[in-house]
Amino acid sequence: MSWYYIEGILINCGYVLMVVLGLSLLTGFTGLFSFGHAGFMAIGAYAAALCTLYLHIPYIPALIIGGLAAMLAGLFLGSFTLKLKGDYFCIATLGFGEAVRLIFDNVQALGGARGLSGMAMKTTLPVVLTVSAVAVAALVCLINSRHGRNMVAIREDELAAQVSGINVFRYKMMALAISALYAGIGGGLLAHYMGYIQPAMFKMVKSTEYTIIVIFGGLGSVTGSVVGTLLLTFLPELLREFENWRLVIYGLAVIIIMISRPRGLMGGTELRIGSLIRFFKNPFGFFRKRGAAGEEGGQGHA
Amino acid sequence: MHKSDTVVLSLQHVSKHFGGLMAVDDVSFNVHEGEIYGLIGPNGAGKTTIFNLVTGIYGLTGGSISFYGSSLASLKPYQIAGEGITRTFQNIRLFKKLTSYENVLTACHRDADYGVFQTLLRLRVPGKLGKFATQEAALKEKTEELLRLMGLWEYRDMVASNLPYGLQRKLEIARALALNPKLLLLDEPAAGMNPEETQQLMRLICDIRDRFSLTVLIIEHHMDLIMGVCDHVFVLNFGKPLAEGTPEQVQNNEHVIEAYLGKEEAHAHA
Repeated sequence: MSWYYIEGILINCGYVLMVVLGLSLLTGFTGLFSFGHAGFMAIGAYAAALCTLYLHIPYIPALIIGGLAAMLAGLFLGSFTLKLKGDYFCIATLGFGEAVRLIFDNVQALGGARGLSGMAMKTTLPVVLTVSAVAVAALVCLINSRHGRNMVAIREDELAAQVSGINVFRYKMMALAISALYAGIGGGLLAHYMGYIQPAMFKMVKSTEYTIIVIFGGLGSVTGSVVGTLLLTFLPELLREFENWRLVIYGLAVIIIMISRPRGLMGGTELRIGSLIRFFKNPFGFFRKRGAAGEEGGQGHA
Repeated sequence: MHKSDTVVLSLQHVSKHFGGLMAVDDVSFNVHEGEIYGLIGPNGAGKTTIFNLVTGIYGLTGGSISFYGSSLASLKPYQIAGEGITRTFQNIRLFKKLTSYENVLTACHRDADYGVFQTLLRLRVPGKLGKFATQEAALKEKTEELLRLMGLWEYRDMVASNLPYGLQRKLEIARALALNPKLLLLDEPAAGMNPEETQQLMRLICDIRDRFSLTVLIIEHHMDLIMGVCDHVFVLNFGKPLAEGTPEQVQNNEHVIEAYLGKEEAHAHA
């Protein structure tokens, strides 16, 4: 495999990671499932592409505008649907994702089914790495704060969260908005990596794929989402030789992991630098002291 | 702490109907500041429904509820918690997969007011930029204090659902206290506890009442707990008020004995 090929896969990982991180906040930490994140990604991609193509806005601001556009769409969707309970919200996002794709498919001013093309291919590996690092750091900061804890509380028990003075609706909105922002930026990265976008890139299968990655990596774990993204983006590429069989193998791999580790790869735990150091210093004592490790790790973040 | 004449919680002709079922029917009582007020009655009498009405989980069918003189009618549950009414649940509702520490820390959130963007600024500097670090440190201190007070500090890293039943109840009280309540509603705090644990709990309830200058409204089936700690008791039966008074008055009330033991036995007792 040439470096050029690997670089391409890594850039792929980068924009997938953006969507997955956003989805991780929504699904893994707040407990809301979404099957419409490709829709937010599409909005971000189109908004960013329009900005650079017609408004001649520089690349980075265009990415941010793309993210904000998706965020607005998220707030719009949330204001109608977040009063719905669990599964119903999930169905609403599914409808939203498909609706967004079909709108882009039919609006001729936006290129219809042919989409937009001619964007400068500015999404390079350094850009992707920087954006990903900032995104991960910001998400970790958010989760380890009262806002993040309130979202987790909602996931754990909505009624208990309410009587603990948490404005459940507001925090669900916040989670959805930030999640859409991440997905939108991911879409902008995609648009400026491929140089063209088409509505067909944002099918429901894509949304499902992102949800699979989040669950595969482990709900409620940022490191799980990162590891999940890397594994599940590389796997189909490594399996290209097997042609038609590769998706079967992909599916099998996911099933096997979910059977052997039902809570996903990382399942609610994080890989911390502190605990890694402790592990290498004293591999045997590490597991015995595990109970105390969580608390130390928590304080280390402050 | 001494009782005062200030009315903390006032229920006036409160009723709640579920279709044809009158779960609570024309109930009125006042809870005074510093009091431990007991709410008793046979199963299905509507005690928990009253808690759900006070905390805004259910809407009222009729009547009014006021807290320090202001109506709670238009407030949502989280706003009522913000006003200073917190509660525990009969069927314990903790954040199950979180540790004891995280459970209490989460509930401390109202003491901090840093925004979303301030979570990114983690330096400990004075002023607005260091808000996150200083406030978070204060929350952690408070969490430790509460856990130590409730005797849960050794269990701080245990996941809530793995705690023994009695400790889960205590943790729920700790979580409720984290919101700096003025009125604490306890829904059967002694359920599933043995007599010794019940005794301990009684002392604990009196303790936290004095320490946090609380008013406590308590639902309980353990008569020794009610008789031991309550200043006033209200008895409900099939959603209707049956009796009110001091524990002694209620204990000797004919209607109460009848509701609990039936008519025949009541005669036998006499």
